[in-house]
Amino acid sequence: MSRVHTSAALALLAAAGIAHAAPDLGQGVKQATNWTAIIMFAVFVVGTLFITKWAAAKTRSASDFYTAGGGITGFQNGLAIAGDFMSAASFLGISAAVFLDGFDGLIYAIGFLVGWPVITFLMAERLRNLGRFTFADVASYRFAQKPIRVFAASGTLVVVAFYLIAQMVGAGQLIKLLFGLDYWIAVVLVGALMMVYVLFGGMTATTWVQIIKAVLLLSGASFMAFSVLAQYNFSPSQLFQTATELHAKGDAIMGPGSFIKDPISAISFGMALMFGTAGLPHILMRFFTVPSAKEARKSVLWATTWIGYFYILTFIIGFGAIVLVGTNPAFKDAAGALLGGNNMAAVHLAQAVGGDVFLGFISAVAFATILAVVAGLTLSGASAVSHDLYATVFKKGQATSENELKVSKITTICLGIIAVLLGIAFEKQNVAFMVSLAFAIAASANFPVLFMSVLWKDCTTRGATVGGFLGLATAVALTVLSKSVWVDVLGNSAAIFPYASPAIFSMAIGFFGIWIFSITDKGTRARIDRAGFEAQEVRAETGIGAAGASAH
Amino acid sequence: MDQDVVQRVKSDPNYQKLKSTRSKFGWTLTWAMMIVYYGFTLLVAFNKEFMGSRIGDGVMTWGIPLGLFVILFTIVITGIYVRRANREYDELSDAIKAKVGAA
Repeated sequence: MSRVHTSAALALLAAAGIAHAAPDLGQGVKQATNWTAIIMFAVFVVGTLFITKWAAAKTRSASDFYTAGGGITGFQNGLAIAGDFMSAASFLGISAAVFLDGFDGLIYAIGFLVGWPVITFLMAERLRNLGRFTFADVASYRFAQKPIRVFAASGTLVVVAFYLIAQMVGAGQLIKLLFGLDYWIAVVLVGALMMVYVLFGGMTATTWVQIIKAVLLLSGASFMAFSVLAQYNFSPSQLFQTATELHAKGDAIMGPGSFIKDPISAISFGMALMFGTAGLPHILMRFFTVPSAKEARKSVLWATTWIGYFYILTFIIGFGAIVLVGTNPAFKDAAGALLGGNNMAAVHLAQAVGGDVFLGFISAVAFATILAVVAGLTLSGASAVSHDLYATVFKKGQATSENELKVSKITTICLGIIAVLLGIAFEKQNVAFMVSLAFAIAASANFPVLFMSVLWKDCTTRGATVGGFLGLATAVALTVLSKSVWVDVLGNSAAIFPYASPAIFSMAIGFFGIWIFSITDKGTRARIDRAGFEAQEVRAETGIGAAGASAH
Repeated sequence: MDQDVVQRVKSDPNYQKLKSTRSKFGWTLTWAMMIVYYGFTLLVAFNKEFMGSRIGDGVMTWGIPLGLFVILFTIVITGIYVRRANREYDELSDAIKAKVGAA
């Protein structure tokens, strides 16, 4: 891939702006082999494999596998949730967006954060009180199991698939840039390591890998932001002053640019991020790993704090890159473009402030980040298949914990192989739309079903299933017709759906579908569904009857 | 859960108090968060000039402190809820559980 392509892709990203929920990593150029980074990454891998070995000894039942036996503390879980959110795309992508456009990068970052309070206020405790392993446990609490589980498993697998492809392609592009290795090596490496973590260590290993990575990433980013500010006597205004003097766009980087085009796109995009967060299966699953509602609340507060802090750091890092990387010819090619593309802004800054060793450290952490996120996604996909489809739908709740565990492990292997194959198949594709599509589906299908089943008395099996599928189908269809797929992937000249995100329409259709198909539902099942609300509400509010931590 | 426990919990005044105060507080804070976030988004969409205008003599614009405010607001509002819930609401649910003799 040529460098021209990289910058073109990024220019597109900047211009298209809110078309993408997460800045993608674009097409990278293979760099010289970076042994420091490879050795540091190897140290991370060896360390996490030891943790996996320790976790494997504790992972005996299905409950251990899915939820680490419910024994994770609020603080640990908060770090793990933050780890799920601080992906390589958000670290490199948001700092690159700030590097290119300044203020516009901040708009991205804010969107990713604002969903958390809503989860805390309306969902977190109720999820913890009603569920065991998957969000389908909550959504199907008082309904006919089969249709809701089939819907929830579809919602989970579709979201996981799009998210996973974006991560795998990102891993491949990143390894070319950071380690100087071939694309396929990254994809196979991520697939294989992730399988080892999930297969042997289940949720315990996945959580600890995520925690370690979160701590490394937060420390690295803190050091970078600190070093940048130290050069300006810890005065942000001096940093901003210098940045406006040096940046080609001058004062324009201090205010909104082309990122938000029209108000409908802006609101729709905001809704996808805000409510999508509350519908991501790999995030929801983490609420079942803590022993009580109190710990569930604490974990969201910690997660929100770390993620918010992290986005403030990326903002400073982006400005740091403007002043320290953008002006240094050593980081640029003959044409004046950043070596390896604009997504390398944070990586070059690492070298500028900390030399080769720190560069290796940040590169290794960026790659470890993808690995940890992929492991969490796979685990949530595997639990949808084994717990929702196999144990509940296929075996009608009669499966033994042993068999359920076996199916989870087989599914993990299948998902790992599929992820590697898709990662390779999508190498040259523009996958920028995939993460935003995953958020839109989560907001339009998973979230409405979860929300209505828990809070609305008259919701029925039929309403939730039909409405959920309508939301899912609308989100996918409108994304295909929007610019990010219709024009950028399929090559048509103009988009049929004019807005950047489908959420405002697809969420409305999801909610309306649930409402209309519930109130018109007069069947026997509908009566059972409505009668079940009282008991569900008592348990959701008080936690009476909810599972505590398993004894270890 | 057996229907008898459900009815006993429902008739407990503590349960009614827990349900109504928590729901009211949760929705109030949810609306506050929505107003702040969508307010910020609409300001960016409709009034780019204001967001890009300087506050004082330096290069600092209104947009940057407002953006950072949204981030801090998100963290603080979550903290406010969690603090109250972990004291007041958990006490109420423990009292309810003790009364019906459930774990």
